Amino acid sequence: MRFKDGHLLGLEYVDREDIDLILKTAASFREVLERPIKKVPTLQGKTVVNLFFENSTRTRISFELAEKRLSADSVNFSSSTSSVKKGETLLDTARNIEAMKIDMVVIRHQSPGAPNFLAENLDANIINAGDGAHEHPTQALLDMMTILEKHETIDGLRVAIIGDISHSRVALSNIHGLLKMGAKVTLCGPATLIPREIEKLGVDVCYHIDDVLSSVDVINVLRIQLERQEGGLFPSLREYHNYFGITKARLDKLAKPITIMHPGPINRGVEISSDVADSEHSLILNQVTNGVAIRMAVLYLLAGGENINA
Amino acid sequence: MEFRVKAKLVTPEDMRRIVTRLAHEIIEKNRGVEDLVIIGIHTRGAFLAERIARKIMDIENHEIPTGYLDATLYRDDFRTRLKQPEVQVTNISFPLDEKNIVLVDDVLYTGRTVRAALDALMDFGRPARIDLAVLVDRGHRELPIRADFVGKNIPTSVGEEVRVKLTEVDKEDGVNLVEQVAGGKKK
Repeated sequence: MRFKDGHLLGLEYVDREDIDLILKTAASFREVLERPIKKVPTLQGKTVVNLFFENSTRTRISFELAEKRLSADSVNFSSSTSSVKKGETLLDTARNIEAMKIDMVVIRHQSPGAPNFLAENLDANIINAGDGAHEHPTQALLDMMTILEKHETIDGLRVAIIGDISHSRVALSNIHGLLKMGAKVTLCGPATLIPREIEKLGVDVCYHIDDVLSSVDVINVLRIQLERQEGGLFPSLREYHNYFGITKARLDKLAKPITIMHPGPINRGVEISSDVADSEHSLILNQVTNGVAIRMAVLYLLAGGENINA
Repeated sequence: MEFRVKAKLVTPEDMRRIVTRLAHEIIEKNRGVEDLVIIGIHTRGAFLAERIARKIMDIENHEIPTGYLDATLYRDDFRTRLKQPEVQVTNISFPLDEKNIVLVDDVLYTGRTVRAALDALMDFGRPARIDLAVLVDRGHRELPIRADFVGKNIPTSVGEEVRVKLTEVDKEDGVNLVEQVAGGKKK
């Protein structure tokens, strides 16, 4: 069990065996969510702080629910209403919160590496809920869990990640996770949104969406942020939709249906059309449900690991 | 840790007879099979539950709803044990309200697993009654819990362990009394 350092900072640092264990544990927690009383007493007495320096709806609610389902006490922090506005550093904020005797910190921060920095400086278990364009490990884990609903194994599966790869922490975590699990990963998007040399991670790059769609089993469609267009990385949202948007017309040309995922929030009519997002092959809402189970599994495994160093 | 088998206490034939007797006792105490459900505690309790349910089916020609329970999330040693146990899937696909539940486990020892299982069951509904059936009662209770149906009482010392084997997971049926080999590593 590599969780011995007590943190989940990114899938780059986690091995296949641990990913398997998280996915397996999450499948068991999924059942807890279907019970009449959706709560177990496992983490009674543990305190988790959700430290969110960036806006988030889905991820934060998902972590909060996971904590409550496991009976942990959770405290929310958002930078807009805190002393960060008064100029306090990340380390001081975190140390002050830790001084209140907490056990785990879930952090989202705009700077890549912020969770790693906290892990070096605090005794609490740190979970990365997204750091800049670096990693978002629980998202990639819930994506893999969702893939396993439709496909028996990830090993050998062909998965495409489509969209803004350069600015996406979801993409990087998915790349690390999927490759470790034995998938064949293809990236697709405008050349301006795909980092040069990314092939060195072991992925393929293709700029033609139709070629990609006809040769994969699963696609994970990333959100296109409006700010990127303003930055001049592609001409217009409409042009993006024409060249890379996932539409029913494109999918109808394929020999077999493929599994469609999206980490949300969706821009309907930009990276994905509404009829595709709501189709039977779209697992977008399953991803959200699985997100709670994955986060419960990660909290459970990390919280129990404190004595393993012995 | 290494273990040495001290005694083989139950043969496959014994096991079959024990399951048959437990099934009869359960039917007798319940005065039939009305409202009866059987819940096994993972892993071996679940297979025993299935065997007992099949036997009751043979005797009464009535299918008994059978489920499995993983009590890991309700355990009281979560904060102190060295490794987190793997969480198994709980599968109880029928309502437990007003049912007579027979909870099945392989070995009754400290009673802590049963305590955890009782808490877990209460989160699924409000049963009319819960009885406990175990294949082996080895003594040394740490909580005020007793079994209603016992396959075999095996007095043990704390240094010994009772290993139940079932063909579903272990290739053979049987119950062995084992003890730690002297000089073996302590947990």
